[in-house]
Amino acid sequence: MIRRLLIFVTLLLTAAIFARLALNYTEHTQLSKLATHYAGQGPAELGAPNLVTAVVVTYRGLDTLGEVTVLFISAAGVGLMLRRRQQVAVEAEDKKPSSEIVVTAAQLLLPMVFLFGVYVFVNGHLSPGGGFQGGAIIAAGSLLLLLTLPGAELRQRLIAVTESLSGFGYVVIGVLGVILAGGFLDNRIMSLGTYGTLFSAGAIPIIYTLVGLKVGAELSAVLGRFRDTGEQ
Amino acid sequence: MTGLPLSLFALTTGLALILIGLFGMLTQKHIIRMIIGFSLMDTGVHLVMVAIGYVTGGTAPIINDAVPAADAVARVVDPVPSALVLTAIVIGLGVTAVMLAFAIRIYRAKKTLNIDACSESRW
Repeated sequence: MIRRLLIFVTLLLTAAIFARLALNYTEHTQLSKLATHYAGQGPAELGAPNLVTAVVVTYRGLDTLGEVTVLFISAAGVGLMLRRRQQVAVEAEDKKPSSEIVVTAAQLLLPMVFLFGVYVFVNGHLSPGGGFQGGAIIAAGSLLLLLTLPGAELRQRLIAVTESLSGFGYVVIGVLGVILAGGFLDNRIMSLGTYGTLFSAGAIPIIYTLVGLKVGAELSAVLGRFRDTGEQ
Repeated sequence: MTGLPLSLFALTTGLALILIGLFGMLTQKHIIRMIIGFSLMDTGVHLVMVAIGYVTGGTAPIINDAVPAADAVARVVDPVPSALVLTAIVIGLGVTAVMLAFAIRIYRAKKTLNIDACSESRW
């Protein structure tokens, strides 16, 4: 009883704070000073039409490196907690194979899903999308694979190598920024290229490709872990 | 333009989702339901952040034919909250994955997903 009362009071007080917030809310009519700089100077400074990408990859690049690290740690944590005791063969328990239609459709769709993921992260500096979104699409492809072909094994080694190399490459590019350009993760370590084309905006497409590969590999590994832990 | 601002609706929805998520996390006994509560709260926070970054009449912060670079400052929404939400979504995903892994471990150890089974950490 006292527990319920406490929960009720907590929710009521939180709701009161939120009500004040919502009632005093006034919509912005112009950008803040910082955002004005990003929107006004960003395209000329970094050569990236997508301002969100410019903020994520370059202006706040260090935050993104931290984010990638958090994702890595959580993937490692899941791997550690769901470690398989010996090789309890998953295929030993006879799973019902998927129907012909599902398998064929998956085989047809998988390359396209992966290609679309690559497209999204390669064009991250031009259009909506980027490394995290593209990586999530690739992981969705892996999920399709795991669901339709119960016997399929993700190649854990390949995933681990992709993940490590892309994470390493990301940091190397960041350090190159300190040596060749204005600071850590500065994208101007190479020429900005023609504005609005695929090979432009300096190192942003390279960084986003690495992030996309890393996120795709990590999320696929997490999904694989959850699948393989089916038996108790 | 008269009436309530557009982003107020997103803000209110986000705040309501946070409250619903908090309620779920505090009252539910089933671990998966608690995780769902967390996810709801997470989504609510994202909505609130995006709503705060909205500028009246603004559009997506991508410079193209529709939004020429010259008047970008006057026409786009704040890109910083969008970038922060992108970060927050990924981290929320990582946290959810770890929580689900914990749920699996608890189920293996206790053979139930009821939080009352984990009484050793109770105050």
